[in-house]
Amino acid sequence: MTKAVPRPLDSRLTPNRGRGFATFDEPAQPLLVDEEGNPDFVAIQQSEEFKALRRRALVFIFPMTALFLTWYLTYVVASAYAHDFMSTRVLGVVNVGILLGLLQFVTTVALTLTYARYARRKLDPQVVVVRGLAGIVEE
Amino acid sequence: MRVDGPATDGNVAINISVFAVFVLITLYVVYRASTRNTTAADYYAAGSSFTGPQNGIALSGDFLSAASFLGISGGIAVHGYDGFLYSVGWVVAWMMGLMLIAERLRNTGRFTLGDVLSFRMRQRPVRAAAANATLVISLFYMIAQMAGAGALMALLLDVQDRVGQAVVIAVVGVVMVVYVLVGGMKGTTWVQIIKAVLLLLCVSFLTIFLLGKFGFSLSAIMETGSRNTPLGAKVLDPGALYGGSELSKLDFVSLALALVLGVTSLPHVLMRFYTVPNAREARRSVVWATLLMATFYLCTLVIGFGALALVGSEKIASAPGGENSAAPLLAFEVGGAVLLGVVAAVAFATILAVVAGLTLTASASFAHDVYANVIKRGTADPRSEIRVARLTAIVVGLLSIVGGIAASGQNVAFLVALALALAASANLPTLLFSLFWRRFNTAGTLWSIYGGLTSCVVLIIFSPAMSGAPNSIFPGVDFHWFPLGNPGIVSIPLSFLCGWLGTLLSRTEADPVKQAEMEVRSMTGIGSGLN
Repeated sequence: MTKAVPRPLDSRLTPNRGRGFATFDEPAQPLLVDEEGNPDFVAIQQSEEFKALRRRALVFIFPMTALFLTWYLTYVVASAYAHDFMSTRVLGVVNVGILLGLLQFVTTVALTLTYARYARRKLDPQVVVVRGLAGIVEE
Repeated sequence: MRVDGPATDGNVAINISVFAVFVLITLYVVYRASTRNTTAADYYAAGSSFTGPQNGIALSGDFLSAASFLGISGGIAVHGYDGFLYSVGWVVAWMMGLMLIAERLRNTGRFTLGDVLSFRMRQRPVRAAAANATLVISLFYMIAQMAGAGALMALLLDVQDRVGQAVVIAVVGVVMVVYVLVGGMKGTTWVQIIKAVLLLLCVSFLTIFLLGKFGFSLSAIMETGSRNTPLGAKVLDPGALYGGSELSKLDFVSLALALVLGVTSLPHVLMRFYTVPNAREARRSVVWATLLMATFYLCTLVIGFGALALVGSEKIASAPGGENSAAPLLAFEVGGAVLLGVVAAVAFATILAVVAGLTLTASASFAHDVYANVIKRGTADPRSEIRVARLTAIVVGLLSIVGGIAASGQNVAFLVALALALAASANLPTLLFSLFWRRFNTAGTLWSIYGGLTSCVVLIIFSPAMSGAPNSIFPGVDFHWFPLGNPGIVSIPLSFLCGWLGTLLSRTEADPVKQAEMEVRSMTGIGSGLN
């Protein structure tokens, strides 16, 4: 779980990987903002920092979404069409279908916690870097 | 077996007083929460002041509706495995919201789904379309909940005649409009949180009791249950409900698809993501909601089979509320009139809280998208926008009272499934294209919203759910030609196809600058003012 309270501490401890990370000193490179100080979204979108963030996000969420949807639909289709297999008794009267259903709960919780951890470690720090490009310093 | 039913006079008194206490407490909380409820951000999004865990509990509260608590535990008690199958979809669906939607929605929009869908498109037509979809879906879902209130009252207060049920539905409607008018999003969220906590405590208590009684063996509960139903051991196997014909199997797959894609595309769920201050909190709220939902549905599995074991399917099926009465009957069996009163009050509170959330969503969508942006072209004064929102809440409340009375007696879980199919068809494809497909443009947006919405509504009208079957809404006539009860398997892919075709066939290209702004903002929050 992300700790919400000590946010100022968080941002200072964040590993400073990208170029141009906004520190409390002068930024090392010009900020990606227009004359009025508004963020230059096209330039940010083209930046290496943003591309890295997008890559890290999509490389996780697209395959994982495909995976859990396939796994869920397999379970549903098996329940609808493979009655005999799903009715095989395993533990007492508990059958394959109930076990696979419970396994769906387990995988959902596991994948949810995995994503939360991945986002906290790999995405959030990179978001801080990209926000730095637009001159947004985390409090 | 005891002779007295759950709705003897003394029990009715207990039920009503437990429920009255709940209403008084929540009204007080709503009133307290309302003191600074003046700006649009307060009314629509509770000033984005909730934490992730708080919003997560409220989110799960939106789903632990009477339809899922009473409907699914009852479904398990009567149909066994096939009832359980239904609950799996409700849990798995949250991963869609977690990975694809929650954080991006929070970063991009302010109050409504229309904010996000119209972000890089032409404002007026897209906002109007988004508001249409929101209103249709919310009304559908609301009518389902109100109809459930009538059925529940038949069981708990022994209100058997239609007039009495209509009065109950009207009272529910009025109380919920008061919640919304007085408390706005903040009050509604607190009602949702209180109710979700009570409901979770209730089901945990029942589950632990049942597990203890059967030596902590799920197998023992299921085995005892299977001796108490005419289905026998078949109740533990798939096919009791959906196994009849090839069509009913396909219908089930269609329902499952609508479930997994529809849950996090429901407008009142999407709107919840605006009540937290930033994307990280939005993510935390989905994590909390997922964990709570998983726990809850594991409990309903035990409760459903427990009701079968201790009450028996015959007694459940012949009780006034039919399937929906499994959990209340079990509570009566386990803890007597007092526990029944608590379970009844919690179930009733659930309907109240969910309907209040829906009313708020519908009124926000009309006031913010239609009134402020389509009619006034973004120049409406915020105070008049709030006034319109409050008026809409009253109108929507009235509509749902009328609709709820008309639909009273319909199968609640089935109506909810149709609302999910609508949400998955109209909202999800548009939202995903808008967030992840660069070339997606205004024409594509309109095509996918209206394509999904219209195809879904048309298929519902001409499905066996409406006519031509013994359990349809108009059993006397037969104008159905679409064979499935749930249209999801056709209308969801069709909506994706419409969005794609509309984009390719349109001559206007997507605006690359706005696209850059939306993409950067949705992933980082830059430009949203959030931190």
